[in-house]
Amino acid sequence: MKQSEFLKTVMPFKDKVFRLAKRLLVSTEEAEDATQELYFKLWKNKGKLENYKSVEAFAMTMTKNYCFDRLKSKQASNLTLVHSNYKEKDTPLQRKVELNDSVSHVHKLIENLPEQQKLIIQLRDIEEYEFEEIAKMLEMKPTAVRVNLSRARKTIKEQLIKQHNYGIS
Amino acid sequence: MELASIERLLEKYLNAETTIAEEKILKQYFTSDTIAPHLEEYQSLFSYFTISKKEELTKPIQLKSQKMNWKWLSIAASVVLLISVYTGYNDYQEQKEAEKVYAQTMGHFQFLAENLNKGNVAIAQLQHFEETKNKIFK
Repeated sequence: MKQSEFLKTVMPFKDKVFRLAKRLLVSTEEAEDATQELYFKLWKNKGKLENYKSVEAFAMTMTKNYCFDRLKSKQASNLTLVHSNYKEKDTPLQRKVELNDSVSHVHKLIENLPEQQKLIIQLRDIEEYEFEEIAKMLEMKPTAVRVNLSRARKTIKEQLIKQHNYGIS
Repeated sequence: MELASIERLLEKYLNAETTIAEEKILKQYFTSDTIAPHLEEYQSLFSYFTISKKEELTKPIQLKSQKMNWKWLSIAASVVLLISVYTGYNDYQEQKEAEKVYAQTMGHFQFLAENLNKGNVAIAQLQHFEETKNKIFK
């Protein structure tokens, strides 16, 4: 696989990789590093990419695994990620989120979900993948994806209703 | 979109039974300005999804690893180290060799000097002999 061909295959989903990494690793810098690392790995394995039906799904699986490894090594060295510890770059998203408190509240609700549910919300509700694709990416059964997604959505909904009724977060 | 069908879609949405197309309808409805008051709590959720999808990677991606440079640098450093150790060792050997030759030469000189001195004594005796001979045969 030549460089131009490689770039054509892998570049279209770079933002998706980045957003998935950020969902798990929280900080923008960490997510950027993870994306960079993932693309090294893809480039090194470029010969094998032709064997995969969907390079994108393969990349997403790799991203998930890489981020889990990062999180594990962080926990092992007692450096848990706390969102407030990071000074985020002023991205357009960040500013928009700050404009709307209730939207950033949703961000926190998703952050508090179990890792698996976080991933599924990210892949389905934000990236809009089909259940079959998500199942392949996360190496689980489509029915399990549905069950987890339903649980995650219901949790978020309940929290939102609570917040809405009390008017506090 | 009718309110009743939005409510039905929401129900399906919570059970994770909606299709991507149906979820798009929900996203569209909840980012519009006409949301039924009793569904307002969903607004932030669907706007969050829509906003989140717009976030992009701003840092350019490099395909050539920085780590490779470190690898090559360390290889270069070890080669330099090996060469310097080798030449250093050679120099040391040469110096040792030179010292050995110097000591040998000095030894030879010493030997020469000793024998020369012996010769001098013999010559002195010869001198003495000459003087006595001159006294006798005047």
